[in-house]
Amino acid sequence: MPERVTGTGSSDSLEGQIEQWRSYLRRRQAIRSADVEELEDHLRGEVAALRGAGLSGDEAFLVAVKRMGALDAISNEFAREHSERLWKQMVIASPDTEQPRRETRIEMIVVFALAVATGVAFKVPELFGLEPGVDERFYMRNFSLFVLPFLTVYFVWKRRLSERTWVWPALAFAAAVVFANVYPFETGSDTEALSALHLPIALWLPVGIAYAGGRWGQNAGRMDFVRFSGELLIYFALIALGGGVLTGLTAGIFGAIGIDVEPVLEDWMPCLVLGAVIVAAWLVEAKQSVIENMAPVLTRLFTPMFAFALVVFLGTMVFTGRGIDVEREALIIFDLLLVLVLGLLLYSISARDAEAPPEAFDVLLVVLLVSALVADAFALAAIGARISEFGFTPNRVAALGENVVLLGNLGWSTVLYIGFLRGRTPFASLERWQTAYLPVYSVWAAIVVVGFPLAFGFR
Amino acid sequence: MDINKDLVAASATPLVLAILAEGDSYGYAILKRVSELSGGELQWTDGMLYPVLHRLERQGHIKGKWGTSETGRKRKYYHVTARGQTQLTEHREQWQAVDATLRNIWLAVSLPARLALWPLPSHA
Repeated sequence: MPERVTGTGSSDSLEGQIEQWRSYLRRRQAIRSADVEELEDHLRGEVAALRGAGLSGDEAFLVAVKRMGALDAISNEFAREHSERLWKQMVIASPDTEQPRRETRIEMIVVFALAVATGVAFKVPELFGLEPGVDERFYMRNFSLFVLPFLTVYFVWKRRLSERTWVWPALAFAAAVVFANVYPFETGSDTEALSALHLPIALWLPVGIAYAGGRWGQNAGRMDFVRFSGELLIYFALIALGGGVLTGLTAGIFGAIGIDVEPVLEDWMPCLVLGAVIVAAWLVEAKQSVIENMAPVLTRLFTPMFAFALVVFLGTMVFTGRGIDVEREALIIFDLLLVLVLGLLLYSISARDAEAPPEAFDVLLVVLLVSALVADAFALAAIGARISEFGFTPNRVAALGENVVLLGNLGWSTVLYIGFLRGRTPFASLERWQTAYLPVYSVWAAIVVVGFPLAFGFR
Repeated sequence: MDINKDLVAASATPLVLAILAEGDSYGYAILKRVSELSGGELQWTDGMLYPVLHRLERQGHIKGKWGTSETGRKRKYYHVTARGQTQLTEHREQWQAVDATLRNIWLAVSLPARLALWPLPSHA
């Protein structure tokens, strides 16, 4: 028989060729692994028949593959029959292999347990006589502590972090519990509100350290965390939107039969919101390589629009000769503007190929950066001129500090970006600058949480 | 002889259904049967059979089931459903009508058909 004569070497190479052919097929999106198996069975049938007719293994393989048809044509036919496969679906449990399916099921259970745990954590203080409606200040100060530690636990579990790595986030959370609760804030105190507002920002750093696993020291690890944060925000917003529709409809249909469920919903709403953060984080983890990131897409859409709006704003200001009206919120608006510009910059960087040469979009970003800096300079000048007159309240100092922190980042970013456009600095230095700057936001927020109440006497 | 692509495509459904009506089968064997029945005239690109099978399965005319081949490998076998049988009957009536019509006209113009056996300048 020809099979015996050609020996094992030939059948090995045939297996190798079939394996290679299979891997080509698998790369086609419209062809599932079950289809590959079906086609492989066919190919083997053909090869066996051809060898039976006296062809060698190689010859039989070549003829069989030829008869099977061009991969592109087959793939197109499959795509026409299964057009839904061209839409990337987020499959949490991979249907292809047994082992990952078990792992994803365990992960689902862990995520569900953590989401429930956040809700339970929110309910625990009620056992000690606190009530969300009454002790609003307690809940305001501690809100982030009901969810961020659990999010961190998820990453500690997922990344199998060693004690050496997770001990720092754990210490940070322990310190946060202390500083959120020991200070004797006055009623209606500004520093208390500031502390509540800044604690999540400060605690985002330990979350990031857990997220990055051992890679927090690396540029890439931090950049991944930036990407994760953006996607998390988008997924959370989408879940919140769905949750809003769900609660609205639920309240509506119960209202139709004369039952008011709003008190119940209000009671449980915070638990659902907290749990949603964990679920959103898990979805972002599951989808990261499957579905395109959304944040860079939104960035591409909105960068030109914001650049245009800012240039028009500056033009209007110069043309009409109007100064910035320094009211209470003026500085906060400009802080938010800088945050937004920073976000656009960060997510442009996060999606950009560092090796690519400058293009039109980079010029647009620089226009955005420069106009934001100029607008902010006007605002700072207006406020600086009258700050002694207004006095240094906690809110004003916090807003000013934030402005300086953001301005520092964007100012140097602009220098680096212009350097990149002129071919003097590599794009990677801009990336490095952004990732190196990440801890600064959290450190400043921590100063506001820990230092401000002391500095301003808990006012 | 090259058979027109549209004709191949149009005849694929009734052919596959009819072959499966003979008995449960799988992709490679279906193709072998097609080749056998047509005396080698009807050549399909092997890979193209599977999207057709999947379409028929989605429409509920046939049903696929994973089994094992004689060599112990995984193999997908198909069998015709009741819906498929009905569909096959319909197809059969339609094709018989077409066939009968063509037969009648071939008789009336029998000469050109025979002439076509000689190499003629193509006008298709």
